Amino acid sequence: METKRLVFIGVGGQGNLLASRLLGEAALSMGIHTVVSEIHGMAQRGGIVESAVLLGDVSSPIVSGGEADVLVGFEPVETMRALGKCNKDTLVITNTHPLPPFTVAIGQGDYPTVEESLEAISSRVGRLIALDGNRIAREVGNPLALNMVMLGALLGSGAVPVEPDAMKKVISSSTKKAFLESNLKAFDRGMEEATGTRAAG
Amino acid sequence: MHKLLTDSPGKEMLLLGNEAIARGALEAGVAFATCYPGTPSSEIPEQFFRISQETDLYFEYSTNEKVALEVAAGAAVSGLRTIVTMKHVGLNVAADPLMTLAYTGVKGGLVIINADDPSLFSSQNEQDNRYYARLSGLPMLEPTNTQEMKDMTARAFVLSESLELPVIIRTTTRLAHIRGAVTLGDLAPRKTRTHFQKNPFHFVCVPAVSRNLHKVLLERGAKAAKASEDSDYNRVEGEGPWGIVANGVSYDYVKDAVADLGLSDRVRILKLGFSHPLPRELCLGFLKEVEKVLVVEELEPVNETELRAMAQEARIDVPIQGKGVAGLSRLYEYDPALVRKAISSYFDVPYQGPEPVDTSHVPELPGRPPNLCAGCPHRATYYAVKEVYGQETIYPTDIGCYTLGLLPPISMADFVICMGSSVSSGCGFSRATDQKVVSFIGDSTFFHSGITGLVNAVHNNHKFTLVILDNGTTAMTGHQPHPGVDTAPMGVDRTRISLENLVRGLGVKDVHVVKPFKLKKTIEAVRATQEYDGISVIISQEFCPLFAKATGQARKTKPFRINEAKCKDHRVCIQKLACPAMFVEGERVKIDRNLCIGCSVCAQICPENAIVPVKD
Repeated sequence: METKRLVFIGVGGQGNLLASRLLGEAALSMGIHTVVSEIHGMAQRGGIVESAVLLGDVSSPIVSGGEADVLVGFEPVETMRALGKCNKDTLVITNTHPLPPFTVAIGQGDYPTVEESLEAISSRVGRLIALDGNRIAREVGNPLALNMVMLGALLGSGAVPVEPDAMKKVISSSTKKAFLESNLKAFDRGMEEATGTRAAG
Repeated sequence: MHKLLTDSPGKEMLLLGNEAIARGALEAGVAFATCYPGTPSSEIPEQFFRISQETDLYFEYSTNEKVALEVAAGAAVSGLRTIVTMKHVGLNVAADPLMTLAYTGVKGGLVIINADDPSLFSSQNEQDNRYYARLSGLPMLEPTNTQEMKDMTARAFVLSESLELPVIIRTTTRLAHIRGAVTLGDLAPRKTRTHFQKNPFHFVCVPAVSRNLHKVLLERGAKAAKASEDSDYNRVEGEGPWGIVANGVSYDYVKDAVADLGLSDRVRILKLGFSHPLPRELCLGFLKEVEKVLVVEELEPVNETELRAMAQEARIDVPIQGKGVAGLSRLYEYDPALVRKAISSYFDVPYQGPEPVDTSHVPELPGRPPNLCAGCPHRATYYAVKEVYGQETIYPTDIGCYTLGLLPPISMADFVICMGSSVSSGCGFSRATDQKVVSFIGDSTFFHSGITGLVNAVHNNHKFTLVILDNGTTAMTGHQPHPGVDTAPMGVDRTRISLENLVRGLGVKDVHVVKPFKLKKTIEAVRATQEYDGISVIISQEFCPLFAKATGQARKTKPFRINEAKCKDHRVCIQKLACPAMFVEGERVKIDRNLCIGCSVCAQICPENAIVPVKD
């Protein structure tokens, strides 16, 4: 199959490492060759957390600048910061809910508006899907389900050869019972949001 | 049951590189495991810790890497299959036993997992530990993916026993933290008890014995060279007039680049997986067959230098290059595009990859450095010390979460080089300068290598203050226990050593145990050390909130909020503490009640008393 290179970017605590691992699990369950790479260490301390998922006939575990087919960003400014991973054809899926770093609070730097961030991204890449993942997560009753929303949007975009059913199976087997229903709902809602944009994109 | 105990040979699982290593050891019937945690190796012992609670595997978090290797040595020379894991700088700490354990050798297989950190994701340097294999004379294996991480670890035990030498497996951050498919093999039964066969002329390294043992090491090294020659971890792949030599994760980049550049019929790759000793005959055969050679290896030019020496000795006149070719540097980790460019440049093959988008229009973005967590007790301790000692004092610090005290607004880190250096360098700073000195060290780091420094400080009459930040765990690397921890909530039975008794036992007279969330009392204790003419120790005791929560030891507290009627917007709270639970919205400071753990430190410093507990 064609190689797919994905980069996940987020802030410690948003669950993007789990999202990339679950995507890898689902791909593997479909017999797709998968490598996932993660940067651990500072994840719990509010820093930037990056992971990569490579699907198909590829051995390298990371994605160089300009070589991401898909960039999944969990925070708008962090998505913009990772723009160097993209090329003119890259699909970017980003959460629009801002999470300003504490440096802004103590007067070191300005946090751009969400509109500025989205404009800066969409003016350079192939396609942008922007959604308020935090709002959707809250609506399904599980504020921690942002990563499920983002996974749903990724699969809804049609950009990866992973079947939603395989993904849901993996989500089901790795979610605590109390959160299962809301996680699957969050995933579905994310899928719907992105599927709606497919024709427009 | 722990997933790595899954007894289904042939089953494919997505495993973290470090999990694959642990699984490999289990497939070899490992009976004894020790470590000191350190990124990027920490997930290996995490598996053993949990597995040891379900099986008869012996596992311990040792006090430091030297201790871990010596404990492992006792088990391995007695005949048990043993593994010890550490990060690259940990092997510096363990270098003393390593060098002479190479002389005695082992009976049971001993595998040393060494995790290097190119690009310094989480370390104080990026030294290349392939040199340790050369320095000690020990064999080294370097895997390239998760499957090999498992397979090589299992095979390393067999190799170690056949050579009677410890075997070092070198990974890097990149490999340790990838997840990939691993096909499981059989789990072997464990032999957990043995009988030590005395042999003082082989195990007691006095000069007369070691003179002979050095010879034995060289003989075993020769056997290792033969094993390397025969190993299928070293092999030539493909056919063609151009040669590329690669090890570790670089091999993956090379393989992809050769395919991307369409060079499969022109390039042969020499893959070095058993990388010390190098397979001389295989290398020479390779060098003879090609017109030019590119060596791709992260960090130091180890293979490049040795291949050049081999070629010179065998009078093979072939160009060999590595460092200096189009971006192949001794600095930092490589990536696919960098390696592709180097190959395209060295062999003069055009390549046009996807261009990164132009990002010149992106405005300057606010930084997002890691920060001490909301409710981290270190923030409170730093605040109290700074209130008394100010900015002019020298603050030697150490290795742990609290190194983040480097960042503003705390800005209380002036010198750190290695584990334990805060204490000993404090001795030097206080003698050499006319400034006050306050050193910071974590509880686990103090046990690891702060104790000897403190003995030195007492004995040599140094005058400074040492703050031991006792958060009841080894927080930075993922909440491992250490000798000062009550391990019962973690489900294991270990003896707890009292930090206070230890410090007093070392001869420190001026000892203060404080609770940092009680700011006033803490500041009083700090002030007392300022007057003391000698060595003072402050033990600042409060749980890491993440650890307390994970182990059910968190106190029930209410989050705080800002009473906006009282708040005069001085922003002392946010400016001095930079707690991540605080943010500014509509020009007013607010507290995120989901992040706030109710430590109350901000409430104690607010000049208006405008920070109050949430009601409901």
